[in-house]
Amino acid sequence: MPNQQQPAILLLADGTVFHGKSFGKIGIAGGEICFNTGMTGYQEVFTDPSYFGQMLIMNSVHVGNYGVKAEDTESDSVKIKGVICRSLEAKYSRPMADGSLQDYLESNNIVGISGVDTRALVIHVRHKGAMNCVISSETQEIEELKALLTKVPDMNGLDLAKEVSTKEEYTYGDPNAPIRIAVMDYGIKRNILKCMSDRGAYMKVYPAKTPVSKLREFNPNGYFISNGPGDPSSMPYAIESVKEILKEKKPLFGICLGHQLLALANGIPTFKMHNGHRGLNHPVKNLITGRSEISTQNHGFGIDADGVKKNPNVEITHLNLNDESVEGIRLKDTPAFSVQYHPEATPGPHDSRYLFDDFIKLIKENMN
Amino acid sequence: MPKDNSIKSVLIIGSGPIIIGQACEFDYSGTQAARSLREEGIKVTLINSNPATIMTDPLMSDKVYLLPLTPESIEKILQENDIDAVLPTMGGQTALNLAKEIEEQGIWEKYNVRLIGVDIKAIDKAEDRDLFRNWLIELGVPVAPAMIANSFLEGKEAAQKIGFPLVIRPSFTLGGTGGGFVHNKEELDSKLTYGLQASPIHEVLVEQAVLGWKEYELELLRDSADNVAIICSIENFDPMGVHTGDSITVAPTMTLSDTAFQLMRNTAIEVMRDLGNFSGGCNVQFALNPETEEIIIIEINPRVSRSSALASKATGYPIAKIAAKLAIGYNLDELKNQITHTTSAYFEPALDYVIVKIPRWNFDKFKGADDTLGLQMKSVGEVMAIGRSFNEAIQKACQSLENKALGLGIYSEKEYKAEELIEYIKIPKWDRIFKIKEALMRGVTVKTICQATRIDKWFINQLNDLCIFERNIAQYTIDTLPIELLKEAKKEGFGDAQLAKVLQGKCTEDQVYEKRKAAGITRVYKMVDTCSAEFEAKTPYFYSTFEG
Repeated sequence: MPNQQQPAILLLADGTVFHGKSFGKIGIAGGEICFNTGMTGYQEVFTDPSYFGQMLIMNSVHVGNYGVKAEDTESDSVKIKGVICRSLEAKYSRPMADGSLQDYLESNNIVGISGVDTRALVIHVRHKGAMNCVISSETQEIEELKALLTKVPDMNGLDLAKEVSTKEEYTYGDPNAPIRIAVMDYGIKRNILKCMSDRGAYMKVYPAKTPVSKLREFNPNGYFISNGPGDPSSMPYAIESVKEILKEKKPLFGICLGHQLLALANGIPTFKMHNGHRGLNHPVKNLITGRSEISTQNHGFGIDADGVKKNPNVEITHLNLNDESVEGIRLKDTPAFSVQYHPEATPGPHDSRYLFDDFIKLIKENMN
Repeated sequence: MPKDNSIKSVLIIGSGPIIIGQACEFDYSGTQAARSLREEGIKVTLINSNPATIMTDPLMSDKVYLLPLTPESIEKILQENDIDAVLPTMGGQTALNLAKEIEEQGIWEKYNVRLIGVDIKAIDKAEDRDLFRNWLIELGVPVAPAMIANSFLEGKEAAQKIGFPLVIRPSFTLGGTGGGFVHNKEELDSKLTYGLQASPIHEVLVEQAVLGWKEYELELLRDSADNVAIICSIENFDPMGVHTGDSITVAPTMTLSDTAFQLMRNTAIEVMRDLGNFSGGCNVQFALNPETEEIIIIEINPRVSRSSALASKATGYPIAKIAAKLAIGYNLDELKNQITHTTSAYFEPALDYVIVKIPRWNFDKFKGADDTLGLQMKSVGEVMAIGRSFNEAIQKACQSLENKALGLGIYSEKEYKAEELIEYIKIPKWDRIFKIKEALMRGVTVKTICQATRIDKWFINQLNDLCIFERNIAQYTIDTLPIELLKEAKKEGFGDAQLAKVLQGKCTEDQVYEKRKAAGITRVYKMVDTCSAEFEAKTPYFYSTFEG
């Protein structure tokens, strides 16, 4: 633990200060603070593109215990901006691991702060809502950090999807698979592609601003609108793409940001949540089957329930049992549906994987 | 499905006398269940032969019968009362066995009483070793390789095929009698003979011993709509080979990747759904090969278990209370979280603290008893500690054991050599944790300790950090000890008396207390709220810590 002894500081936009010790890279990082209550899967979370730009508090006490492993990633790099923990662990025990979290964060240039009273911090964020923050293991000068904090952009109105979307088209899965899906990438998690590939789909993944006409050249049997970071209402190009795709009346499935974009394309507004849902334990009720599921969630924006009710063409399919927020919708005139949560999980429970089966079934039904 | 209104009067069966392996946990669950049912306007009648329990307090139930746990007693109760249903899952294996016996005699049917929260076939499947194995194999769930042997020769053949180390488990004996580990060829003959003789049908199960694999437990709740939630994950500090009741356990799991955890979660849910048609609590035990991360199922308990009580206290989720509500028809998604009162009861608790449970043995009261820990549970109680880190929790737990060690300290009167300690910790005994600490203090490496004990390296590294910290403290006297270090020591769970002992020179507990009080280092209280502070808690409970 070479640099664990260095003091580090966390400054929130409302002036609150927390002290701790450095972890990962020595430096300064700023972004919007949020918390995740999951107790496993830190590496999958850190590499999830939907977390791009976030300063992430892990509520669970010890993080890093089982090291890191190349297979446990959701994209090719760490996507969070910084990490805040009670106890970041440099020593790990998993024989199958490739290395330590300390080395991993350092080589990914991620600044972390350990030894923070995260419980007090989470309660603070819960009361005050999401806000920007900076962490620093470089300077302890509050005034200097305050100046840096003002330069951190506001998440509201921010299009981050274009930052994490693939720069080049690529394919995934078996080219001879019976089903072809065109994937609009706004920051897709790797396991979403795997879940669809495992179910017999061959996919082509496109950069965020690709025109729909280009996707049509792939002759897809269905479209997938991916998860991703940022404010969906600041992505007019993406909303237009979804509208354009819907005209085709081919099966469409959206996850998280994709869900919000499907809503916006149907005139349903989105809003910034007080502090979002991030964790592996959120209960969702499927209103169609009556069954409930424990879900993985990661979103700071939501879709407006009243807006859904005002659109006679849109139906609520899933509800959050904690706060009754809209977790899933489907369209009546088109085989299109979406969920706010993460059926691919990684990390998290696999209860909702059936949604991929539903999507593949929908595609097959519409192929005949 | 909402509450079943045809159930107006319920009989709860208690667990009888306190014995090793079945103690006050079932008083806790029975009491919770009685309260939970009465909340619903249901009349609760209770039978227990043990009057020294909370559940038999007249305030807990509408009617209490202090009678022997026999079919005759039950029949008397059924004659005297209009009972609609019986809930036998709160009183451990004793209550389940009694309910099963009465079912076989047709008494429930005679009095038109329904069994709720249980499926008799599920009990059989979980209890009968052969049925259990075959069922899991059919489901495609891995179990340890094993063979049935009815003769010495068959036993030898089985041992040859399976290889050492292995376990001999005689059929139809109580509490693991006649069973044991066989490490090599030399031990086989005598242990095989002993096992075969112990079995009334001269039959043993020769099973591969997964010694050194890591052991885990999941506590689940399931409702009649087949919704399942994992309430708590528990990791055994001690690897396979020590009975869970005799193991130091930690919650949530500390060393499991999400991949391994989800494999366990999926497997647990699959077996629970397939086990039978019942709603309530269930406990599934796993072993995990740390090298390959393959898992096998060790045991399933389709009822509120000893671990359920621990899981309830560890998470704030009242398993028995909710299990009782599920038994009368409610679904998990219709109930509220009992701590927040606003969010759903259908969720999986998130912990922002660490729980450590340490068993308490009374070998000094059982003169001549073998104090080696193994397949049969020997502890008579346990302590549970909550801390903001593993080290704080384990220190607090050790302090609660009320022994001379004063936390995770050293208390042996004899000076052991490092080699002696390494040898000693190879065999699990009640004081192994203290001997590990002693060995680390003597400079024995983490690697050597891990090899000797097969305990996960993460835990030993944590303990080693504690030792490094302690050595640092030991350089100071009470007067020279820097305040920052004192504060850190309290966060690491050191007690005042423990610090007084570690510090140089003569120093008392009071002096440490005065020094830290003057510096403003005092306890703060943090909540057990089921949700890692995500939601506001209305009826939480608290633990003390030195953070913040």
